[in-house]
Amino acid sequence: MYYFDNASTTKVLKPAADAALKCMTENYGNPSSLHKMGVDAEDTLTSSRKLIANVFNCKDEEIIFTSCATESTNIAILGVANSKKKVGNKIITTTIEHAATASCISHLENNGFEVVRISPKNGKYYAADIVNEIDDRTILMSIMHVNNENGLILPIEEIAKQAKNKNPNIIIHVDAVQSFCKIPINTNKIPIDLASVSGHKINAPKGVGALYIRKGIKIQRHSFGGPQENNLRPGTEALPSIVAFGVAAKTHMENMNKSIEHYTALKKHLLDRIKDNPEILLNSSDNCVPYIVNLSIKGIRSEIMLHFLEEKGFCVSSGSACSKAKKSGVLQNMGYSKEREDWAIRISFSAENTINQIDMLVDAIEAGQKSLIKTY
Amino acid sequence: MKEVILIKEGEIALKGLNRSNFETRLIKNIKQRLKLLGNFKYEYAQSTLTIEPLEECDMQIVAEKVSTVFGIASYSLAASVEKDFTKIEEIAKQYLKEHLNQCKTFKVEARRSDKKFPLKSPQICAQMGEFLINEFSHLTVDVHNPDAIVRVEIRDKSAYVYAKRLPGAGGIPQGCGGDGMLLISGGIDSPVAGWMMAKRGLKLQAVHFISPPYTSERALKKVEKLLSIMCRWCDCIPFHCVHFTEFQEEIRKNCPNDLFTIIMRRMMMKITQKIIESQNTQGYCNIQTMVTGESLGQVASQTLGAMVCTDEACKMPVLRPLIGMDKLEIIDIAKEIDTFETSILPYEDCCTVFTPKHPKTKPKLSDIEQAERKLNVDDLIEKALEKTKFYLIREQ
Repeated sequence: MYYFDNASTTKVLKPAADAALKCMTENYGNPSSLHKMGVDAEDTLTSSRKLIANVFNCKDEEIIFTSCATESTNIAILGVANSKKKVGNKIITTTIEHAATASCISHLENNGFEVVRISPKNGKYYAADIVNEIDDRTILMSIMHVNNENGLILPIEEIAKQAKNKNPNIIIHVDAVQSFCKIPINTNKIPIDLASVSGHKINAPKGVGALYIRKGIKIQRHSFGGPQENNLRPGTEALPSIVAFGVAAKTHMENMNKSIEHYTALKKHLLDRIKDNPEILLNSSDNCVPYIVNLSIKGIRSEIMLHFLEEKGFCVSSGSACSKAKKSGVLQNMGYSKEREDWAIRISFSAENTINQIDMLVDAIEAGQKSLIKTY
Repeated sequence: MKEVILIKEGEIALKGLNRSNFETRLIKNIKQRLKLLGNFKYEYAQSTLTIEPLEECDMQIVAEKVSTVFGIASYSLAASVEKDFTKIEEIAKQYLKEHLNQCKTFKVEARRSDKKFPLKSPQICAQMGEFLINEFSHLTVDVHNPDAIVRVEIRDKSAYVYAKRLPGAGGIPQGCGGDGMLLISGGIDSPVAGWMMAKRGLKLQAVHFISPPYTSERALKKVEKLLSIMCRWCDCIPFHCVHFTEFQEEIRKNCPNDLFTIIMRRMMMKITQKIIESQNTQGYCNIQTMVTGESLGQVASQTLGAMVCTDEACKMPVLRPLIGMDKLEIIDIAKEIDTFETSILPYEDCCTVFTPKHPKTKPKLSDIEQAERKLNVDDLIEKALEKTKFYLIREQ
């Protein structure tokens, strides 16, 4: 099976899995215990935290570990809204957010917060459009860094700087799941306050995530228990997964430039192969990352092409699915037609994919395009 | 005291000379359903079936299983006690204590089928009532609208005390209505249709058509899940999964688009007919009908004209229990039998994948037959049957 669905989840790196195994079978202490094994576990936790902090160029204490990016986003968005509701009640976000952010914000909207959702213009976001909406009552802005469906990059640096200029009190949350360890986010230069990330998108196991919280940002907690993770995420830390997360993040950071070159070559080859095929439409423009490519194959619904490719040995994702077969509507929000959204598939790369695999994948897509019956 | 289940049969009781066939089948079905829960003694007398455990077991779970057996009008968990009135009083006090403590008013109903028992029914009611008022001082009698009804039955072998009479699944025992083949798609309607016919005594098998890659593995899993939910009532369902891709592609390539759905349905009927014939020759069933979830006018392929054309393609009656029902009425039943949430999972099935934008609502049989001449029907049926998989679906 050739795996081209790395924006959904990834294979765990061997060194990360080894580190997790060791942490489960040898160094299995509880970081809160007073004895030596506990102290060792705490040291391991701290060094893993450092590895994640390195990615954001922030201090260790600005990182908390969670179970996934969705949990990070819940802690961040609900926590900020509740701690700042006396200051104001306006929240700004985009129309192309992942369900984690979108659902948190809808929940707040149902509870009396005013929400402004900005749509892209010509498939792109301009800082001015977002910043224009900020006023004195605006307490929170939540924007994604890289869209999960077509890889669109949002200009978070520009947006964050202009936003803070207009209202220095605004809190900025970034869903950095699809950019983490792939595009540098230097929190010294980019004035964002919160960022949610996930382990399993960068070859760590499922079940671990992190939240960057700029020092001084107040978050009202909504889980109660022990004092772990600055009281925001009580409960014994999932150390084996956290360790693996740290190892995976370190490996990605060491190889970041090389990986981007690799993804860029893969994407270029893919686009070269399809550029003369009028039936294959590209939904990932120049403003998109090189490791996510969204395509629509005219007349063939996403799931049909997906299952056809599956039979041929390729895993891709339907291009606009938030969960299983449900359409998210994000591509339509980007300005593509409903049909184009229905036909969309998402191809997302890992370091293991090769040019040769891209050739085989395109051959398979073209075979499907010829043999599959077009439903409309 | 021993806890037993008393079962009142439904309309079987109105049957004539063949009533015992129905009763035998009902007991067989219950036995099959309780097979894994323990050993039980089954006794049939005076239109009541008594199920008595022969070993320790959780009678609540037994009662839940009994509640999904067709052919039962009502059932009760009851205390079985020696026919000595003092003992009956004492058991009523113990067995119904929890229930009576939650009630303010009650009445007693007695039934004495053992006429040798010294007290007559009105006397039983009066004495038991008096006893319970003395024991539960918060209770008062209300014969018109009581919170609790204390029931005392004096039967030949034993006396029984109970309070709650719960509604059974109704209908007639599965199998009494013969064998039928359900065409199941994965939507809301077909599981409901199957359930309704099973309730009328039909022993079901099911056939489903898959068209990979146009339909997904999850769509098949969804159908298996729906059938396994139906197995709460049907015990187990033999399942035929037909590989239909090539057939659909050929129809799409060779026949007019507006006749696609109707031709597809006719071909499904023809394939199903073949499966039924092959099942029947094996001797352990005698399938004489197909069951579909069609409802008149719900979609273009379910107009009267379209149904006449589909029926023409098969050689047996097609039962359509939903024919006169509104969608909302169907949904109500789907929710009641717990298939609704699974049915609405958004996986495309083979019925919807190639749906033409403007299907013919008044198709002419001659047009259809002419269109079908472009298909090598026998060959395509043969190929579809070759790849058909057969397995049993059970309750999960």
